Amino acid sequence: MVEQIDLTQVNWARAQFALTAMYHWIFVPLTLGLSFLVAFFESIYVRTGNEEWKRLTKFWMTLFGINFAIGVATGIIMEFEFGTNWSNYSWMVGDIFGAPLAAEGIFAFFLEATFFAVMFFGWNRVSKSFHLFSTWMVAVGSNLSALWILVANGWMQFPTGMQFNPDTARFEMQNFWEVLFSPVAISKFTHATSSGFLLASLFVVGISCWYLLQERHQTMAKRSIIVASVFGLLSATYVGFTGDEAAYTVAQKQPMKLAAMEGLYDGQTSAPLVAAGLINSAKLPGDNQQPFAMEIKIPGLLSLLANRDPGSFVPGINDLVFGNRQQHIIGAQEKIEKGKIALELLRTYKESRKSGDQAIADASLKAFGDYQENMGYGYLNSPSEAVPPVGITFYAFHIMVVTGAIFPLVLLLILYFQIRGTLAYQQWLLYLGMLCIPLGYVSQQAGWVLAEVGRQPWAIYGLLPVTVANSNLTSGTVMTTFFLFLGIFTLLLIAEISILAKQINIGPEEN
Amino acid sequence: MLIRILHFYTDGFRSMKTGRKLWAIIFIKLFIMFAILKVFFFPDYLQTNFSNDEERAAHVFNNITQLPRNK
Repeated sequence: MVEQIDLTQVNWARAQFALTAMYHWIFVPLTLGLSFLVAFFESIYVRTGNEEWKRLTKFWMTLFGINFAIGVATGIIMEFEFGTNWSNYSWMVGDIFGAPLAAEGIFAFFLEATFFAVMFFGWNRVSKSFHLFSTWMVAVGSNLSALWILVANGWMQFPTGMQFNPDTARFEMQNFWEVLFSPVAISKFTHATSSGFLLASLFVVGISCWYLLQERHQTMAKRSIIVASVFGLLSATYVGFTGDEAAYTVAQKQPMKLAAMEGLYDGQTSAPLVAAGLINSAKLPGDNQQPFAMEIKIPGLLSLLANRDPGSFVPGINDLVFGNRQQHIIGAQEKIEKGKIALELLRTYKESRKSGDQAIADASLKAFGDYQENMGYGYLNSPSEAVPPVGITFYAFHIMVVTGAIFPLVLLLILYFQIRGTLAYQQWLLYLGMLCIPLGYVSQQAGWVLAEVGRQPWAIYGLLPVTVANSNLTSGTVMTTFFLFLGIFTLLLIAEISILAKQINIGPEEN
Repeated sequence: MLIRILHFYTDGFRSMKTGRKLWAIIFIKLFIMFAILKVFFFPDYLQTNFSNDEERAAHVFNNITQLPRNK
């Protein structure tokens, strides 16, 4: 029962899911991007017939294989957690995600069993063109297999194309295409995959920079740098566009998240973008404290990004919590009242069905339809509970954006000096190229922290808070598995880094 | 044809170097996940505690229509 839920358990379950998802996302973006880079390298080999390109392809393919092998099945743990820790949520969304996720799993298995095998075992055993086709299929398939899980996440941020059925206690899909092509799902998929392309480019460029510093495998390193930095620059440009689109959809569909991303408490017309700032952690909605200890603002830019209009109004946390009649914004308090009516109507519907009073049941269900969109607010006790952790959301957003802006500059410089033939003499730039590998991972993780922490307190935005989505377990059980995972994940990460490092140190000759 | 495919895989596995270590990691990982974690730590809550979908739906409905009190 909800009234018996221990909040500590909810937080441990959240921490465990965050740990698992963050660990899983160490491997996924590199797989998404490196698969395409390997396909590019091999395409050049097949086109030119130059054995140096084959050696180069096989080397990066080995690193791709190591990353894939260590990362494979780490996502399954999240499925376990859904069933154990998040059973209410899991049951409620089963109709929407169950079948597509299962189909995706089967598709990925057959893809991996066939084309992966050709990719790794098929050198000299199948024709060059079929081998190349297999490599491309692995790249396309790996990216497609990320589709539905990202659509699912997009749906959690902006639930659409469904209707809640109180008889089954499930959200049931009404319109498949609305779920698949929701603007949040599309921006989620394009932004996540393209950021994976960028990370893989940084990975290839960074390792190649290390070879140049070591004065080893220089031909391979220079060729890899050319391809990867061009791919990285194109990806970074696309990441910028998809990021802009993602911010726009957040502004339209999740205005509270946008307000937290920018630490914006009082809504403004021509709202400035905070380029950098120090959040005042003591600040609460509705009080008179300043939101920042210091900040650097760019006038009008937030309005432009949020609404494509530099003079437009962007609602702040206070507008969304307390309402703003002038701007026709309904506050969280009013939504809480509507949410409580929605829950009351559900109870009335169920009781009327039990007692056989079909007329009241039908009327309750019909009325519920008018209040459904605020159903989740009925679980909140105060409007301020609708505010996500502002500090984490703000810093995650800014870390992601700042690092994302550095990468194309570094790639551009590396490409420039490589084309001029003087890259090997720019030691500072080679070190910077290497530094971009860990920074790329930081940026990736920050992006997901922003997406998920910024969605709080919701598991499903506006419909189901995390406190109701979880199972009735004790916090001790979840704590035990949290530390168990921490140990296993740490060991696996050490294994991956040491195997990767060993292979990088060996270089392409031994492959 | 089937024998050729079988040989393709067996020869491929036999000629692996780094791959052997990776397969060992994959199998150990899958064993830990499915034979230990799933069995002992991650039972499906609704599958374990309720015998049919009707009971599961009733349980979830009951959960989501009770208002929280201890927050």
